[in-house]
Amino acid sequence: MMKKTIQHYILGNLLFTEDESALQDGDSFLDSGIIDSTGVLEIILFIEETFGIKVNDDEMIPANLDSVDNLAAFINRKQAIAA
Amino acid sequence: MCGITGIAALSTQANINETDVRSMLPPLRHRGPDGSGVYVDPSRRIGLGHTRLSIIDLAGGAQPMHNEDQTVWVTFNGEIFNYLELRETLLKADHSFHSHSDTEVIVHAYEQYGDAFVQHLNGQFAIALWDGNRQRLLLVRDRVGILPLFYTRQGDRLLFASEIKALLPQLSTAPSISPTALDQIFTFWAPRSPNTLFENIFQVTPGHMLTLENGRLHESSYWDWHFPEQDDYRRDSDTELAEQLYQLLADATRIRLRADVPVGAYLSGGLDSSALVALICKHSNTQLKTFSIGFEEQSLDESVFQQQMVAHLGVENSRIISLNRDIAEDFPATIFHAETAILRTAPAPMRQLSGLVRASGYKVVLTGEGADEALGGYDLFKEAKIRQFWGRHPQSEWRPLLLKTLYPYLETSGTQAKAYLRKYYSIGLDNPGQPGFSHLTRWFTTAQCKVFFSQDLNAALREDAIDRLTGQLPPAFGQWHAFNKAQYLEAKTLMGDYLLCSQGDRMLMSNSVEGRFPFLDHRVIEFANRLDPRLKMRALNEKYLFKQAMKNQLPRQIIERHKQPYRAPDIPAFCSAHPPAYVDEMLSEEKLKHYGYFDAKKVGFLLKKARCGNAIAYKDNMALVGVLSTQLCHYFFIEQFSRTIRATDGACSSLTSH
Repeated sequence: MMKKTIQHYILGNLLFTEDESALQDGDSFLDSGIIDSTGVLEIILFIEETFGIKVNDDEMIPANLDSVDNLAAFINRKQAIAA
Repeated sequence: MCGITGIAALSTQANINETDVRSMLPPLRHRGPDGSGVYVDPSRRIGLGHTRLSIIDLAGGAQPMHNEDQTVWVTFNGEIFNYLELRETLLKADHSFHSHSDTEVIVHAYEQYGDAFVQHLNGQFAIALWDGNRQRLLLVRDRVGILPLFYTRQGDRLLFASEIKALLPQLSTAPSISPTALDQIFTFWAPRSPNTLFENIFQVTPGHMLTLENGRLHESSYWDWHFPEQDDYRRDSDTELAEQLYQLLADATRIRLRADVPVGAYLSGGLDSSALVALICKHSNTQLKTFSIGFEEQSLDESVFQQQMVAHLGVENSRIISLNRDIAEDFPATIFHAETAILRTAPAPMRQLSGLVRASGYKVVLTGEGADEALGGYDLFKEAKIRQFWGRHPQSEWRPLLLKTLYPYLETSGTQAKAYLRKYYSIGLDNPGQPGFSHLTRWFTTAQCKVFFSQDLNAALREDAIDRLTGQLPPAFGQWHAFNKAQYLEAKTLMGDYLLCSQGDRMLMSNSVEGRFPFLDHRVIEFANRLDPRLKMRALNEKYLFKQAMKNQLPRQIIERHKQPYRAPDIPAFCSAHPPAYVDEMLSEEKLKHYGYFDAKKVGFLLKKARCGNAIAYKDNMALVGVLSTQLCHYFFIEQFSRTIRATDGACSSLTSH
């Protein structure tokens, strides 16, 4: 469910499409050129508002943010810590 | 400043008639509200038209104008700032003048020097010159592209005019939008000369001369930005060079104050316009009136610095605040005058500003345009320098961090964001010597807007815009210093094809106001081009020598101020609570599909994102403005073609009033 929400957001807001085949869960946002330096800020705003977490400076790294898979794993970890 | 038009025969069958030439004048009335004239030669090979905004020799400067025996005729838009000196020289060579205008100098300079006459002109100009003896037409545009000149073939006639809209009454069908031009706009921000937005309509490239003789067109370059091969720079001391630059700028300003009407100046509060206003105050006796623009959004507003300069120099100042609502409401008229798609709304406030100038009773303003290109001011030049520096040690951890000095938002995203920074700014880093390296991040970011192109448009694209540009660079380009390469690309793409046109001449002239640009005096450019690049950018201190030259004339805060690029609100202008109705109409699925340039679904997603306030990325802003302006161009110049050629200025009112 979380991955679907993330995927849906990325598709509609960064790829401007509803074609689900345009994005695989493991696709790197950086390598596929779908975000630039301001795009990272958009993703952070989105996950903070949608999943009620706060992204710290030292967490803004591709390992946390650069694919649907990475985002979902990161959000799960954050929510687990908060809970 | 004025509007020029004309028709030339391309074959012996074609006969030019006065009615046709006259039909091209009404669309240019804003360029010349003070009078008009037409000349058709007895053999009907050529017709020249002119609409006049009178600035020099108010009584005697009517055009088209001729030489002593009426064999050379000229219609001319612009100013020859050294006309007094040239007149003296030509009088000594036994030419006789029947007016005191700068136009007549062109006629006699041509008689004296032939095609090389243009080398003697210091000014901004678009000239059509007919030599009846040789049955030969010259179309000439100034060195850097301050004034426009468009042309197209129509059957066996060549049509030419200051604006595309003046060509339309003589076209049998509406023009079509060129896929190549859209590709260039969505990469470089503008179609590249000689292209325009429209298929088969061209512009004379800045610094070029187009010759029509025996039915054949021939284009040649008479001037270009040239840089020394590495290390062959001016060798005087920094102090001497700063003094030479100051004297040159003072003279460039002085001759641009020549006019028979009062002259004002734009004051943005930045270094360039502040320096210019200081130069004007120092070198003229008249009370100077300055004009400034402010924004409701604080991050874009420079009022504090404008007020500081107004107080420092004791000049008069009028200002307007550009509201988001104003930008949206005026955008159709902005596009109607720009005659091209654009990716930023920044021209719209410039049109408001020229409106203020006109309403204040002025028709000439000096502006600081060109200083960043000639003297090395843009952040892009710094970015390129840092990327060059980084490219020498691509593995360095800290070299790319210098980019944070340029883009403060990188700083706010924390030190760990460097992985992103590395990735994004490392484009082309494997080959920093490649042509275009300095501009790759901008071009690639912009080109991401092409994701909104429709399948049909993509299918019509033949050649990559960047490859085509880098394939057309001058042979010496590869020998120049990296900094000079960046300057060349900036001057030849953004400045010549966008800033001076869509954001410059068209926005000024739409309100019958003439702009003059001392920093673009070719003597200033040629002097600056011979400077060691470290005098333009010392470490990361931009326009170093210029600051040295001006340091005694300006408050320290202005000299040391961090450069703020001129920007206007883009998406926020169109996504207020009550946007003008045309926005929805032009971006509707139906219109998008009907016009065919963009993917209606994708634009729908973008619009939705924009309306939620989530579209903060530059590329989203550029895409929305680009799509909307392309749609407007299609509306005005294709869908409403037959109305536009009848109604001219009135054509855009129907769209903005509902």
